[in-house]
Amino acid sequence: MRRAVLIVIPYLWLLALFLIPFVIVLKISLSDVALARPPYMPQLDLSEGWAGIRDFFAALDFENFVFLTTDDLYFKAYLSSLRIAVTATLITLVVGYPIAYGMARAAPEWRPTLLMLVILPFWTSFLIRVYSWMGILSNEGVLNQFLIGLGVIGEPLQILNTNTAVYIGIVYTYLPFMILPIYAALEKMDESLLEAAEDLGASRLSAFWLVTVPLSRSGIVAGCFLVLIPSIGEFVIPSLLGGSDTLMIGKVLWEEFFSNRDWPVASAVAVILLLILIIPIVLFQRSEDKAREAGK
Amino acid sequence: MVNEKSFAPWDDPDARPLIRFERVTKRFGDFTAIDDLTLDIYEREFFALLGPSGCGKTTMMRMLAGFEEPSEGQILLSGRDIAHVPPNKRAVNMMFQSYALFPHLSVWDNIAFGLRREGKPKEQIEARVQEMLRLTRLEKFARRKPHQISGGQRQRVALARSLAKAPKLLLLDEPLGALDRKLREETQFELMDIQEKTGTTFVIVTHDQEEAMTVASRVAVMDEGRIVQVATPDVIYEAPTSVYVADFIGDVNLIRGTARARDAGPAPEPDAAAPEAVDPVPGAAAPLPQPEGRRPQPNAMGKWLHDRVLYRILGRRPDEPRQLPPPEPARAPAQPAPAPAATPEIPPGGIEIRWSEDTPPLIAANGDPALDGKPVVLALRPEKLGIARERPAAANLLQGKVIDIGYLGNISTYHVELPDGTMVKAQITNTRRVSRRDITWEDEVWLSFSPTAGVVLEE
Ligand SMILES: Nc1ncnc2c1ncn2[C@@H]1O[C@H](COP(=O)(O)OP(=O)(O)O)[C@@H](O)[C@H]1O
Ligand SMILES: [Mg+2]
Repeated sequence: MRRAVLIVIPYLWLLALFLIPFVIVLKISLSDVALARPPYMPQLDLSEGWAGIRDFFAALDFENFVFLTTDDLYFKAYLSSLRIAVTATLITLVVGYPIAYGMARAAPEWRPTLLMLVILPFWTSFLIRVYSWMGILSNEGVLNQFLIGLGVIGEPLQILNTNTAVYIGIVYTYLPFMILPIYAALEKMDESLLEAAEDLGASRLSAFWLVTVPLSRSGIVAGCFLVLIPSIGEFVIPSLLGGSDTLMIGKVLWEEFFSNRDWPVASAVAVILLLILIIPIVLFQRSEDKAREAGK
Repeated sequence: MVNEKSFAPWDDPDARPLIRFERVTKRFGDFTAIDDLTLDIYEREFFALLGPSGCGKTTMMRMLAGFEEPSEGQILLSGRDIAHVPPNKRAVNMMFQSYALFPHLSVWDNIAFGLRREGKPKEQIEARVQEMLRLTRLEKFARRKPHQISGGQRQRVALARSLAKAPKLLLLDEPLGALDRKLREETQFELMDIQEKTGTTFVIVTHDQEEAMTVASRVAVMDEGRIVQVATPDVIYEAPTSVYVADFIGDVNLIRGTARARDAGPAPEPDAAAPEAVDPVPGAAAPLPQPEGRRPQPNAMGKWLHDRVLYRILGRRPDEPRQLPPPEPARAPAQPAPAPAATPEIPPGGIEIRWSEDTPPLIAANGDPALDGKPVVLALRPEKLGIARERPAAANLLQGKVIDIGYLGNISTYHVELPDGTMVKAQITNTRRVSRRDITWEDEVWLSFSPTAGVVLEE
């Protein structure tokens, strides 16, 4: 009985915070845009009884999804989001792995402090932190002034409002999500395994590739998904740091909702985005299960 | 089998050691883990490092494997200083105390790891791995991951992996620590077998003295970063040079007293006067000296049972029970003309040890007369003491009361309290069944030992 209750709690949580909102969005995506409040039709009218419910379901259709295929803007936006997110994830991995490695190899008394430093940025608002990157990256910003002051460059670099700035923003924002799982995996690793590898004739470098990397695989996979999944739908970073040519689906979604007030199309965009995200989430789950099976 | 007479390179002045520690000191911060240590290990040896936890055994292994560098002194491998040779360039492999198997690789791949690093052709690697799997009886588990096999199998994988590259020198750091007794003994013999087959030099770390005695050609006993004694297992056991070694290896009775030189006699045996002289016949030195005529006899119940019931099957009981003659009192075979048993021959020379006001001094014919007047410790192995209820004829006698009897199946240990409170252990092989032994708790008994049964050590 108690176990049943304990199992039910997460499902209730999932139902309330994921499934119900999703069903609502799905319903809107099947509706038609209308000059009304809320701005779509049909509305469910329970006072009509069964007939009302039947009319409601009869009015739903896949028109908006068909519309998404007629304008290649959407397809391009999905593709470009995916490309930006994947690239940014790989950069985050390259930046985050050495940091996690250094932390895991640091003296034990230093580790809590280092962890603290990684988490510290979360104590200020995400929006403010992204804003401050505008101040750093703009033509008159700190970075350009510094580089000009050093004499490295003569002209300010155009970084803000380009994809480069978006990458910087994503890498910066999601770095802790990459570092923490990799750190957790590396910290667990028995250092004598590296000594064993060296003892058997591996150089330091090949010991790293043959032992450290495979053993931190679960951390790498977790970190990559934790960065990839939110960055595909990222909206704030591309709109603040990106340029007019930065095409990301999050931005498109925002435009549809708030500029065009076309809730049904925006919802359709969101549903497709969700379906795209489900693929990596399922893959992630699979690899977690496999890792658990292989563990201990 | 390890004590083949022919194999003793350490006695050969021309033999060149495979490994030489030359005044090696290793410090961690201001803690000295290895203290000015000098040691030679020869090719094909099975060398055991024995010592309590924290005495620096692992540190020595790690210096040999290349994971630590000596703070002072040097380590030579085949005559070459290896201080700056990295671990992956040494013809040395180590079996880690924790096994350190790669958890993401199968048993097969674990064993092949070192071979692959050498860039050998595939067929050769396969053949070698197969050979190792056969040697360690792991063929059935080749495809399993380390977490899918038992502790003992894991240990064998670690062994196979470190052997696969056929290293000149194999380091085993407490390799059998995780095994239960039976598997442990089996594996010890397996190790010796492998060592004989492959001719590899083994250095094994252990804190189990029995293990060291079983497998090793020589044993080094360590204490706080120093080597206290290096010798073959029998010498370590029979002729320890310090109280520490005597106490560390096996059970020992330590009797403290003052030495007094004895009359050297007309023709002192050179053997008996040598300070480290081993009891010439260790096994024969410990018999239970029994007075004439005393034979094992059935008790009243046994007699009744026999005479009333069992005689039909077994026949009449002979008046004189059939049995081996009683063992002769301890005596070195080199000595002339055995005297009648009542007054055992005591070789002249050596020392006597005064250890208590009201008992005669103990005679140690193998003690160094130069110790005259010094405080000494007589180290006596429990199995070299005889125990009897009636006063036997022996050179050395101690009287006491049985406080406790430890029954270990094949042997029994009698804990005897002497009048001054000293506890002495005597170990007797159980040739008779428990119910037929005549000594029991609270019995007043005599402990006896020969004049060469003990080892005299300076305090
Ligand atoms: N890396 C190290 N840093 C500091 N002290 C160490 C280190 N390695 C070993 N020691 C110390 O050296 C001593 C010997 O250790 P070790 O060789 O592991 O002993 P054992 O004989 O039990 O294998 C111990 O007191 C240990 O604390
Ligand atoms: Mg150790």
